[in-house]
Amino acid sequence: MANTYTLIASNTLSSSASSVTFSSIAATYTDLIIKASARCSTTDHGVNVSFNGAATYDRINIYGNGSSAGSDVVADLLVYGGMNNSSYTANTFSNFEMYAPNYTSSSYKSMSIDTTTENNATANNFTAMVAGLRSVTSAITSITLTPETGSFVQYSTFYLYGIKNS
Amino acid sequence: MTTAIEINCTTGEITERELTADELAQREADAKAYADQQAADDKAAADKVAAREAVYAKLGLTADEIAALAD
Repeated sequence: MANTYTLIASNTLSSSASSVTFSSIAATYTDLIIKASARCSTTDHGVNVSFNGAATYDRINIYGNGSSAGSDVVADLLVYGGMNNSSYTANTFSNFEMYAPNYTSSSYKSMSIDTTTENNATANNFTAMVAGLRSVTSAITSITLTPETGSFVQYSTFYLYGIKNS
Repeated sequence: MTTAIEINCTTGEITERELTADELAQREADAKAYADQQAADDKAAADKVAAREAVYAKLGLTADEIAALAD
């Protein structure tokens, strides 16, 4: 791993939680990365990603589940799909990574997300790539992940990394 | 469960608290928007299939011929 890749904070849930927020993020890096291994308590698999508490952004999403694929372009939604939910094999978790470049700039904030579910079955798998833009011009100081319904289950893990360009 | 986890990246402190009424309302609004989008995606996919099948019907293809095209 490059020495410019630094773990800022992490958390493994000791019990279920309806949201996870990384707050007071210092402006000492160039980019931010969140890596998560998560599972939802309900049958939904959407997750909200919010910067600085703001609720909306634009996104482009492409996705597939092994039998069909699709895409959508959505304004004012902040959701990506692809988290393991209660219909998946017990004790399995989805993988998720979000990259937010240039998070301290005065420009709108972009992000890219890749995510995939894990399931011990040939059906009911899901993967997605998401490009998002949040029309906020202040530096990102907090990021909140929220399941669409229900909670992140116990043992879901969340890691925030900072990337420096030198 | 309505517990929110906050990890302060400066101090390392981790706090748990109950969601506020505003946060709960936002959650419900987000869930509805997501469900609406999922329904729109499903309808778009179904419409696409229906349109394709309509073309096949106009062409007079058999089920086996349609399956051969899909492979």
